[in-house]
Amino acid sequence: MKEFVMIYRSEPMGEIKLTPEGNLAVSKEWENWMGGIAAQNKLVSPGMRLGNEGRTVKPGNVVTNGPYAEIKEIIGGLSIFRAESIEEVADWAKNCPILSAGGTVEVRDVMQMNG
Amino acid sequence: MNEFALIFRNDFHPETGYSPEKLQEIMKQWQTWMGGMAAKGQLANPGTRLGGDGKTIRPSNVVTNGPYAEIKEMITGLIVVKAGDIDEATEIAKGCPILNAGGNVEVRNIVPVRAN
Amino acid sequence: MQEKELIPHLYRTEFRKITAVLCRLFGIEHITIAEDIVGDTFLLAAETWGLKGIPANPAAWLYVVAKNKARDFLKRSTIFTEKVSPEVQYSADQSHEIEIDLSATNINDSQLQMMFAICYPGIPPESQIGLSLRILCSFSIDEIADAFLTNKETINKRLYRAKEKLKQDKVRIEMPPPAEISRRIENVLTTLYLLFNEGYYSTNRNTVLTKDLCIEAMRLTHMLTESESTSRPEVNALLALMCFHASRFEARVDKNGELILYEDQDILLWNKELIGQGEHYLNRAAKGEVISRYHLEAAIAYWHTAERDSPEKWEKVLSLYNRLLMVEYSPIAALNRTYALAKVYGNEVAITEAEKLGLEQSQLYHSLLGELYSEVNKQKALEHFAIALKLTKTTGDRKVIRKKIEKLKTDTN
Repeated sequence: MKEFVMIYRSEPMGEIKLTPEGNLAVSKEWENWMGGIAAQNKLVSPGMRLGNEGRTVKPGNVVTNGPYAEIKEIIGGLSIFRAESIEEVADWAKNCPILSAGGTVEVRDVMQMNG
Repeated sequence: MNEFALIFRNDFHPETGYSPEKLQEIMKQWQTWMGGMAAKGQLANPGTRLGGDGKTIRPSNVVTNGPYAEIKEMITGLIVVKAGDIDEATEIAKGCPILNAGGNVEVRNIVPVRAN
Repeated sequence: MQEKELIPHLYRTEFRKITAVLCRLFGIEHITIAEDIVGDTFLLAAETWGLKGIPANPAAWLYVVAKNKARDFLKRSTIFTEKVSPEVQYSADQSHEIEIDLSATNINDSQLQMMFAICYPGIPPESQIGLSLRILCSFSIDEIADAFLTNKETINKRLYRAKEKLKQDKVRIEMPPPAEISRRIENVLTTLYLLFNEGYYSTNRNTVLTKDLCIEAMRLTHMLTESESTSRPEVNALLALMCFHASRFEARVDKNGELILYEDQDILLWNKELIGQGEHYLNRAAKGEVISRYHLEAAIAYWHTAERDSPEKWEKVLSLYNRLLMVEYSPIAALNRTYALAKVYGNEVAITEAEKLGLEQSQLYHSLLGELYSEVNKQKALEHFAIALKLTKTTGDRKVIRKKIEKLKTDTN
């Protein structure tokens, strides 16, 4: 088994929804989608959800405000999975709820840190 | 303390085309930088280093091979750091060796996920 | 209380208290000596009380005898010169006897400290459970052997090795510093949870004994919730989870000791008081930032004490299983998640998901698929139940599966 990252991108979605307790509101679609992969014991880490704050640091200590601007999309979060091949992960990604919101998923292989 | 993601980008995969000595030097720079953060309790998670394989999935299940094409760069990895605010995290990012290789670092706040 | 019942009763309640205090006084390397001294005390009690009658305050009698025996031992041993003597030298009144503090506070502190010492990840989980039962719960070696469905020799060997390892690694009997409690308590909770499950999911037919395991696990977890430094949200969540499960003690076993499935249980037999306790601890668990697997599992157990089969219940349960799996995978959580999925989105959706689980070796997997196919494809359902029957090891489970197969066959015709 190897590890892969899914990087979720979309156009900035405006304010991030929080529950009354101040927590991130996770939609049922996301929960069911990720829960289904986790039920196969293929989820390494649900990863993180990124906020809208951002800075980009470039050579020569040039700092620009805002998330890194990729054409129109920014990264919204990422998760780590385990699978035999990148194709397997790409198949799961096809059901990722971000696609129905017009976003994209990038699947990447993870390199072993001390390997 | 809050957590911030530092996302590294560069326009090509650094280990291709470098001499072993150069690779050794780059590795040392990263180790020194990361070790320094860890020693100060700033490193929340050493994160992941990404390889060159990639697939990008777009709506209607359009799959393209290769990492997400960002103008001419791609993500090479990320780590999570602890800092009081985004400006402090940005200061930390300024020490990243990728800046010496023409790459850049995106600093992003992480939304705490607390189930309820 | 008659002497016949009194001694076993006192053994259960007092053995662990005196042993914990003596262990703490002697150090981790002398657990066995502490056990022996307390064991001797009870032997002497049995002989003396049999001859002279039961003393006015039996527990106090035990404390006095145990203290004397401990003092005698200390005087004869090198522990005195190495460990106790330096401390006594600093105490105000040197001429007095060695102080052995059997006050309620010191007993409680000693038991908490022993809990942290025994739940040591350097020894295997079954040894942690065994030692906990012996030192923290006053179980005899015979009872531990019965609980694990094995023999005395195996348990003796297991506990001996565990004690040697604790000695070798110089595990200290002390409270972890505040900054370390959250990390160290994870091991303690894992062991307590395993101890509870050992009782709750045991195939042992001795239901009195298996219930005792659950009660002891709850008592120890309760001790942690009573102490300020250890009453963390995840500890309260674990206790809530145990209360919710335990509320079904009476409903889940029939007169012959056979397990009754959740959906066939008589709700009136669920223990309302324990459900109320569970809710109390679940509320206490909600204070703080941490959401542990115990929070999620307790919330699932809570929904199972609520009215059956409301759409809201299954939506919640599905969501909780999704989140539990993201925190920690287990095959049982994966199967339960799929069951909840069927309740919310229908059997066909759940069948597609179930077949991706990769749990073909599990009896529960085939039972679940048998269940899900029952209304969709009877032939498939029968095939899965047949495999489940082959994989099943206990007669109780076999009986349940046979019943389902019978029912399907009669429905077909």
